[in-house]
Amino acid sequence: MPTKIEKDIVSGQDTTGHEWDGIKELDTPVPRWWWYTLWATVVFAAVYVVLYPAILPGGATPGILGWSQYKVLAEDQAAASSAQKGMRDKIAGADLAVISSDADMLNFAMAGGRAAFGDNCAPCHGSGAQGFPGYPNLNDDEWLWGGKLADITTTIRFGIRASHEESRSSEMPAFGVDEMLDAKQIDAVADYVLSLTSGSAATGPGAEIFKENCVACHGDKAQGDKEQGAPSLKDAVWLYGGDKATVVQTINGSRKGVMPAWAGRLDEATIKSLAVYVHSLGGGE
Amino acid sequence: MSSIADAAPQGASGAEVSDYAGYQDSVIRFLTIASVFWGVVGFLVGLVIASQLAWPSLNLALEWTSFGRLRPLHTSAVIFAFGGNVLLASSYYCVQRTCQARLWGGNLGWFVAIGYQIFIVMAALSYVFGVTQGKEYAEPEWFVDLFLTVVWVGYFLVFVGTLAKRKEPHIYVANWFFLAFIATVAVLHIVNNLAIPVSWTKSYVVWAGVQDALTQWWYGHNAVGFFLTAGFLGIMYYFIPKQAQRPVYSYRLSVVHFWSLVFMYIWAGPHHLHYTALPEWAQTVGMVFSVMLWMPSWGGMINGMMTLSGAWDKLRTDPILRLMITSIAFYGMSTFEGPMMSIKSVNALSHYTDWTIGHVHSGALGWVGFVSFGAIYYLVPKLWNRERLYSVRLVNTHFWVATIGIVLYITAMWVSGIMQGLMWRAYDSLGFLQYSFVETVQAMEPFYIIRAGGGALFVLGGFIMAYNVWRTIRGDLKDEAPIGAA
Repeated sequence: MPTKIEKDIVSGQDTTGHEWDGIKELDTPVPRWWWYTLWATVVFAAVYVVLYPAILPGGATPGILGWSQYKVLAEDQAAASSAQKGMRDKIAGADLAVISSDADMLNFAMAGGRAAFGDNCAPCHGSGAQGFPGYPNLNDDEWLWGGKLADITTTIRFGIRASHEESRSSEMPAFGVDEMLDAKQIDAVADYVLSLTSGSAATGPGAEIFKENCVACHGDKAQGDKEQGAPSLKDAVWLYGGDKATVVQTINGSRKGVMPAWAGRLDEATIKSLAVYVHSLGGGE
Repeated sequence: MSSIADAAPQGASGAEVSDYAGYQDSVIRFLTIASVFWGVVGFLVGLVIASQLAWPSLNLALEWTSFGRLRPLHTSAVIFAFGGNVLLASSYYCVQRTCQARLWGGNLGWFVAIGYQIFIVMAALSYVFGVTQGKEYAEPEWFVDLFLTVVWVGYFLVFVGTLAKRKEPHIYVANWFFLAFIATVAVLHIVNNLAIPVSWTKSYVVWAGVQDALTQWWYGHNAVGFFLTAGFLGIMYYFIPKQAQRPVYSYRLSVVHFWSLVFMYIWAGPHHLHYTALPEWAQTVGMVFSVMLWMPSWGGMINGMMTLSGAWDKLRTDPILRLMITSIAFYGMSTFEGPMMSIKSVNALSHYTDWTIGHVHSGALGWVGFVSFGAIYYLVPKLWNRERLYSVRLVNTHFWVATIGIVLYITAMWVSGIMQGLMWRAYDSLGFLQYSFVETVQAMEPFYIIRAGGGALFVLGGFIMAYNVWRTIRGDLKDEAPIGAA
């Protein structure tokens, strides 16, 4: 029941005759372009449901184009893997030394190694392979288990202290926790170990304790032993930190860093590519 | 043409009596203050989490202050606490005036207002202490959900009861939108939160797997569609004609865009699940309805914008109207962007990137935020019987500070999001991924800093508004020249 239809002077439109709290409405027709665009989107929708997977009366339909996200994924993956297949097979079957001396294979391995490193290794070793406390820096020439191509490949493939049966493993005794040394002795040997880094080895009780307990693995000159992953203690490179408190903590409770085995998770070509890439980072032997 | 001073109903003895026996305005005063308070809180928490993304040490290494707990605190504070209180205040105001009837149900309106604040506090505390259903925008656990259901039914009764008492034979368009918002949110809330409790702090949602995902995004997208769109269109339909003092552009457009909007929106949710385990036909439903939603959404934009014909000059002198019109511009922009992003090939690039965050915030800061600010600035002098706001020029300052903030925010997220999407899909000439994930994160850092800067401006705008509202309520009047006075 319109009560009072008025003409709006500005637009020339009539009002609807209703009023709410002073608000009136004009009876302006819906703009034509609005209707045209609405119908265009409806037509788009109608065409789309015919071409692509949709639900119509009678059930789900695959669409006349035969498009499917699963098919597209499978096709894209097949195309990507067939494009790389030749080179990957070649690298998987080649000797590490051959990969490094063949320009094409080296180029491919470096690119693949860089990509695989970023998504698999960087979380622990850092995106620049710079390492973090407990996770070795891969740019320097300090290698716990050897820095030759073959050593690096073995480490990546089987891991360190990992669950893989071929994983390399070693364990430093927890001298304090297992009551092999008392606190005073640990303090003395820690002082001695730190003195090795300074270049002038200290004498005294620490040196004696070191000789009796540490040289078996770390070597008589503290040079380390890559066969059992025992680090050199002469240099200034520290995996967990070179301040005295950290060294005391290491002697007291030992360290058991674990690197997972990648065999079975990464394919042969990727493992070899990673080895070549890591070897190239600066410290490869 | 009625003037603003005529806003009091017939029979009210002039502007000094706001609590005319016919209208219940005390509860609206409470809700308006709550809106401003929660707005500032919600914006601040947003700034904190934006800063945490730029400077992770701000997580403080404490579980209660970590990003994962504060993020739902931010989203709930701005959507439900700020947005919800603005909707309650403005719908109570609008429905009484456009029906010429006091709120139905006596103190039920107060029960809803207080109950809603209790819901907000319960939800916020539970997030910080790690109690959550893990459903986005529906994080509160079962007992909080049940409590809200009771409050919401009260809201529905108050609103419908008031409509039933109306003196005007027709229901005004703003009330259609408010009613669609209240009714649909009730249904969404109940269905999505159906759960079996196993303790006070833990329940299992009855839906499983992809059905749960679909229900969740049916809820999630319609929280956008009915809470943040339909509800705020209700605000627009009342406050813009009032502030502009012009008739609504087209009644006929309001009818077709209302019905097409509510019909289309409810189907659009599956576009959040493109290229997932959701059956492909369901993805298609989500996409085509999202595309068809473009014009129904723009109907509201046209009606809001064109209501200014004959009053465009007011934009020069009225910063409140400027906030409202800018909000419609952002509404139009994000309701074009949304359908575009729902198209699968666009979504393949945009999904899971910051582009989505930019899209949401152009709608949230630009549309919801600005239309709310406009409504609050309109309401405060009316509700407290003040001649005008303490300072209209401060509204102008708020407008510019917040607008620059929004532009910084959304452009940073567009650039960052598109860059992120392109980096994820980049291959080198040998077929290897060009970038590792962490490199994409590194590349986004500068944009996170810009975004935090934009957010800081928006927060500053919130404080300016709170100050202006506080001084207005105190009854202060700043001695200032009117804007645009020659």
